[in-house]
Parts: sequence; structure tokens; C-alpha cells
Amino acid sequence: MSDLLLQAENLEAGYDGVQVLWGMSLKVERGTMTTLLGANGAGKTTTLRAVTGALRPSAGRVMFRGEDVTALSAHAKAARGLVLVPEGRQLFTDMTVQENLELGAYSPRAREYFKRQIEQVYELFPRLKERRSQKAGTFSGGEQQMLAIARGLMAVPEILIIDELSLGLAPVVVQQLVVTLKALKAAGVTVLLVEQNLHLALALCDYAYVIAEGRPFLEGPCAEVAAKPEIRQAYLGL
Amino acid sequence: MAASAMAAYAEVAAMTALLELVSVSKRFGGLQAVDNLSLTVNEGEILGLIGPNGAGKSTVFNLINGVYPPDKGQVRFASTDITGMKPHLVARQGIARTHQIVQPLGELTVLDNCTVGACFGQKNLPLGQAQAAAAEAAEMVGLGGRLGMQASALTTAGKKRLEMARALSAQPKLLLLDEVLAGLNPTETEQMITTVRKIRDSGIAILMIEHIMRAVMSLSDRIVVLNLGAKLAQGTPQQVAENPEVIKAYLGDSTLMQAAESSS
Repeated sequence: MSDLLLQAENLEAGYDGVQVLWGMSLKVERGTMTTLLGANGAGKTTTLRAVTGALRPSAGRVMFRGEDVTALSAHAKAARGLVLVPEGRQLFTDMTVQENLELGAYSPRAREYFKRQIEQVYELFPRLKERRSQKAGTFSGGEQQMLAIARGLMAVPEILIIDELSLGLAPVVVQQLVVTLKALKAAGVTVLLVEQNLHLALALCDYAYVIAEGRPFLEGPCAEVAAKPEIRQAYLGL
Repeated sequence: MAASAMAAYAEVAAMTALLELVSVSKRFGGLQAVDNLSLTVNEGEILGLIGPNGAGKSTVFNLINGVYPPDKGQVRFASTDITGMKPHLVARQGIARTHQIVQPLGELTVLDNCTVGACFGQKNLPLGQAQAAAAEAAEMVGLGGRLGMQASALTTAGKKRLEMARALSAQPKLLLLDEVLAGLNPTETEQMITTVRKIRDSGIAILMIEHIMRAVMSLSDRIVVLNLGAKLAQGTPQQVAENPEVIKAYLGDSTLMQAAESSS
């Protein structure tokens, strides 16, 4: 029944002698939205970096579609459909919407599906189609967020990994993110989401992992996790 | 429950204030890093300073030890006004600190690193006494067996300990600890927690910034929560962990999702 797409097992990783992950594991099933929650410094972004190949884990492995991809570079993983939408969006602000989307379709596989993919993306986000010639830098925060996700979709992802898009953003932008994520869910895109606002993530996703001090603290279907008092403990220690 | 927490709080409040920040503010360009902050560290207590990234915690340390002066407000230590005092003079008053990014003198031995701390600390010790104080401080943090080791050869955990030992060598009345647990493995974390308790039990007050909440909640007598440079809450760890404003700052605003649901 279950269709396991991504599995991280006992990941250890860090920076310059400072270890952040101490045995982090998670699974994502195809067609689901999974969220990774936890306090500042708990290791959420490091987990995503270790999974996507931006950082090489010192121990553990990453399985993707049944293949051990631990040692693959980030671009090789992206070409296989393991696609990251980075924290802070990282758009090409002086380029148009259309150009940003074209750059999302960089791998040979993505180029092959370019026409089909851009039609789907514009169908999913009609606002981007209306403004396809507009420079990305002139967009509102919410629209930039939508474009960052759309650019990720242009890579023809098997899974879209989204890192803290709402970080430091105004409430209205967070609300826009909700609309965008609902559109992804309706389109059946597999998502692994790191999000600062726990309530938002738990309301939108199917399954949740809570990380604390670099390892799993709590996991379960979002509705169950939301009801657990221990979740506060992961953030506040008590 | 609430009554005993109140009693504990009153007991702490009755203690003698060692460090007092009075309506301190600091702005960097367009960013109000610290906003009208008042807090007190009492003699013999561990005060935890927590808050999300960018809340202004490290800036508070820099204002206390004189890296830069506050734009407004006053810093008092042991009844002396130390506002705007240079860091080396603040150290002479009896405040020592560690840095989040460890700053060992890599070419020097563990003992020599600590001796530097002792020479520039509260007392202007002659070399022999400074070395004795240095060795004692190294012993206290568990580096007693590594006095002759070059600092750069220490592990991350070892460098964290050295950072504390050098600060302790200054024989401070108040120790400022900036994320001494970051990057330590679970065993090293437990050892460090024990060390921090030991330091406090020796009569040194501690103001600590820490992200590892389980640790800061178990170590601290009281906690001050900063958010956007201002004080969001203060109280015992239990009071703070149950404070709705604190929960909102850490877990996110639950009303945002409700608003998004009703608008879409």
C-alpha cells in the first residue's frame, strides 16, 4: 500500500567540527505532505541540506526511490527529482517570472518536459502567467514565495522540499503561503516542508516529524501530533 | 503549584542584585536590536536569557561587557555604574564572558590561555598567582589533565571548556555564557551542565544564553525571554514555558492559520 519515496536513516552531519545532527531519520511517502518541525537550531535546515546533498552527512544514508543517493551531489539528486526550494527564496530578482521558471528547468530531464511543465505551473498559479514578463524583484513577498515554489516545480520534482518560506514574513504573506501549499496538495505533489509556524504546518500536512537537538523527538499523523502536549517540550524544553 | 512558584520567585526577588540593566536600548541602523530592556541578575543565581534567532541576546552581552555602549539606559554592576565602560575595565570589575564562536589563542597551551584570563581579570595577579588561578579554573571545567596541550589541538568540546576556563580564571563575580552547549554531543552536554552547576555552587552568578531549551530550563533559576530586542516574559522556567506569549513566539501564531482558512 505505502509507496516510500524518500528515507533518511540515522543521519549525522554538521559544520566545521560542530555536529548538528545526531541520528536524524525520516520517511516521506509518495503523494503526501510531510512536515519537519522543531525549534531554532534543532537541525531542520541541516537535515534538508544532508538530504538534498548540499552537505555530505558523516554517517547514515539517504534512500530515494529505492536507491542509495547519499553520496550523490546536489545537482545529481535534483536531476533525479529531489528538488529543494531554499530558505529565503533565492530568486533571480532582475529576471522575469518566465526566465526564473526557465532556469528552474535546468536539468536535461526537466528540459525534456519543459512545455508540459510550464503549462501545468501556469495553470496551478494563474497569477504567475498574468505576470510572466514582470521582474521577480518587483513582486510582493507572497508572490515571490509562489514563484520560488513554481520554479521548484519546473525541475519536475518527484518530491519538493521547501525550507522556511514564511520566515520573517508578514501575516498576509503567510496566508498566501497557505493558498500556495493547498494548490500543491490538490495537485498531488509530494512535499517535505520545513515551516516556522507549527500551527500552519500541522493544519496543511499529513504527517509530522518534530526534531530536537538533532534527532527525532516526536512523529505521527499531524492531527495526532497537534494534540500532544509534548510538542511544547520540543520547543521550550518543559 | 502556582503558590509555591510564586514563593520561589519572591525568594529570588529578595536576593541581592548583582547586575542591573535599566531601560537599555541599542540600535544598529534601522534595526532596534535591544529595546528598552531592564533585567536583574542576583548574586548566586543562574539567569537564562532565551529568545528566537535575532532576538538580541548576544547584543545584550556586548552591552554588558562594553563591546559597545548602549544608546540609552544604564548598566550597573555591584552598585557601580559601568555603562559604556571599556571591556578590559568591565573585566576588572568582575564580569567575564565566553563567546558563541570559541576564541582560543590557538598557539598557546591550555594553561597559558587561562593565565591570560587571570592576568586581565578582576585582580591584577602576578604571574605565579595567575598561573595558580588558571590551573584551578582549568581543573574546575575538567581540563586539569590537559594544561600543557596546545589549544588548537583540543576538540570542539575541549575548546568550549577552555573558553569557560579562561573566563573563570579572571575570578569573576558574574559569568556570561554564550551558547556553551552548542555543538556538543549528548554526553558532553551533560558534563557541561554539571560544570555550570559547579561554577554556580562556587558562588559565581551566571547569565546564560542557550538554545538547548531542555538544558536552559533545567539549569536556570529564572528566565528572561527576549523577542525583537524587548522583554517578552520573565519568571521561573515553568512560568515562562506556560506563558502564552512565549509559546506564540516559539511555536508560531495559531491565529494566522485561522485567518488564512477564513480568507481562502
